[in-house]
Amino acid sequence: MSERRKNLLLAAMDRHLAIVVFIGVVAVWELACRALQIPQFILPAPSAIGASMVEMNLHRWIEHAWTTLSVALTGYFCAILIALPLAIGIVKSRFLSRLVLPWLVVIQSTPIIAVAPILVVTLGTGSLPKVVITTLITFFPIVIATATGLAAVPPELVELSRSLRAPIRRQYLQIRLPYAAPFIFGALKVGVTLSIIGAVVAEFVAAETGLGYLILFSTSSFKVPTAFASLTILVVISLLLYGLVDLLHRRFVSWQ
Amino acid sequence: MNDVISVHDVGQTFVGRDGSKVTALQNVDLKLRRHEFVSLIGPSGCGKSTILRLIAGLLRPSEGEIKIYGMPVLEPRDEIGMVFQRPTLLPWANVVDNITFPMKHKHGRVDDRDRKRARDLLSMTGLADFAERNPSELSGGMQQRVAIARSLLHDPDILLMDEPFSALDSLTRDEMSLELLRIWTERPKTVVFVTHSIQEALLLSDRIVVMSARPGRVAEIIEVPFARPRTIDTLADPAFNAMANEMRIKLFSRGKE
Repeated sequence: MSERRKNLLLAAMDRHLAIVVFIGVVAVWELACRALQIPQFILPAPSAIGASMVEMNLHRWIEHAWTTLSVALTGYFCAILIALPLAIGIVKSRFLSRLVLPWLVVIQSTPIIAVAPILVVTLGTGSLPKVVITTLITFFPIVIATATGLAAVPPELVELSRSLRAPIRRQYLQIRLPYAAPFIFGALKVGVTLSIIGAVVAEFVAAETGLGYLILFSTSSFKVPTAFASLTILVVISLLLYGLVDLLHRRFVSWQ
Repeated sequence: MNDVISVHDVGQTFVGRDGSKVTALQNVDLKLRRHEFVSLIGPSGCGKSTILRLIAGLLRPSEGEIKIYGMPVLEPRDEIGMVFQRPTLLPWANVVDNITFPMKHKHGRVDDRDRKRARDLLSMTGLADFAERNPSELSGGMQQRVAIARSLLHDPDILLMDEPFSALDSLTRDEMSLELLRIWTERPKTVVFVTHSIQEALLLSDRIVVMSARPGRVAEIIEVPFARPRTIDTLADPAFNAMANEMRIKLFSRGKE
């Protein structure tokens, strides 16, 4: 009986391994900070981070989080809107692929973080440069994955489509895009976390609100717990967005 | 003019990306009568599949002319159904939706008549119980049956089959060949069947077109003498096996030339 209970406990641990490990890490972190008396501005304990979270007004947090989230999502959707047609164009036309691909690689090879200050000078300090930076960081993997997916269709199905003299639009809607869906969703998952990175990078350069701004601002005055609190919220937002896209992935590509 | 398919003096040259030219077919002449079952056999790279794609209107011949019912083939035509080496079903659609897919793809919608036909075809191929299943739940042989049903949905006069059973194990392969014969007897069609298997070609065909490689030409056309209906007993017939051996030796020595 006790053997069985032990097995059940192990099975439960196994199922919730990630949570168990997380709690363990937080506990060790807390204990280490207390035992070694690490100063807050070097490494704040989880309890101090929690306290700093409560310290600031909830609607201030929401305001900062919303600023970052809205930039990230706007940039993300812009990236999708640019990436999908571009990928179709690259697959459809060898000319377009020869024209566009080198530029994509150049953009991807450019450290966007280095471009960010330049963009702020060019486009002003509003949300436009932030969205542009986010889009630039996000769209490349989506283009490449979508183009790869669209081209990964079995050639026989393309021949079937041609032999039926179906409109090319349907070849994309009914064959190529569904086939590319796993590729696209894979990239969308990476992309959504990149969009948070993009928004934070943009806020580092020029912003008055946002979680990235808050990190920069609070570290400059040694309020490290607040910075950690902002970071925690960023991670949570990023995870939630990832989970949401993952949910859509499973919902729409259940056949995989 | 009674030929259903006529391939007249057809040559096909492909130009590689580096500009080099490869002659895939040269001076190919071939005529198929109504409801004739003809196999194309020959070494890899002899252009068998190219002939199929030319007849399907997916390729335009570099030289010569291809006619279906006396009309030059300028684009894919409705009288044709195609079956490929791989089943290439849509993994996200169930069996019925896969069979009706050509209608959805061509006309943008599927009506009840198409669905009824799909179910009839499923019964004919012994897959009635699998209508709602997804392709991943079916064996390779069953998937290929679905692909054949898909090609028969619009009741084409001409069936073009590109090594349809070559990805299957040999037992399933014999079973599928006999099944195809049964379907073909039930709904006679003009069939062009590409294969690597001498036995398969002998069992199925009225005539076998033996091709030579690089450039692909018609080396020989063999009339298959065995009476129809052919069954599993035909496979055991000593005359059948003798002819298969004879062909094998002939093909082998041709390959060494």
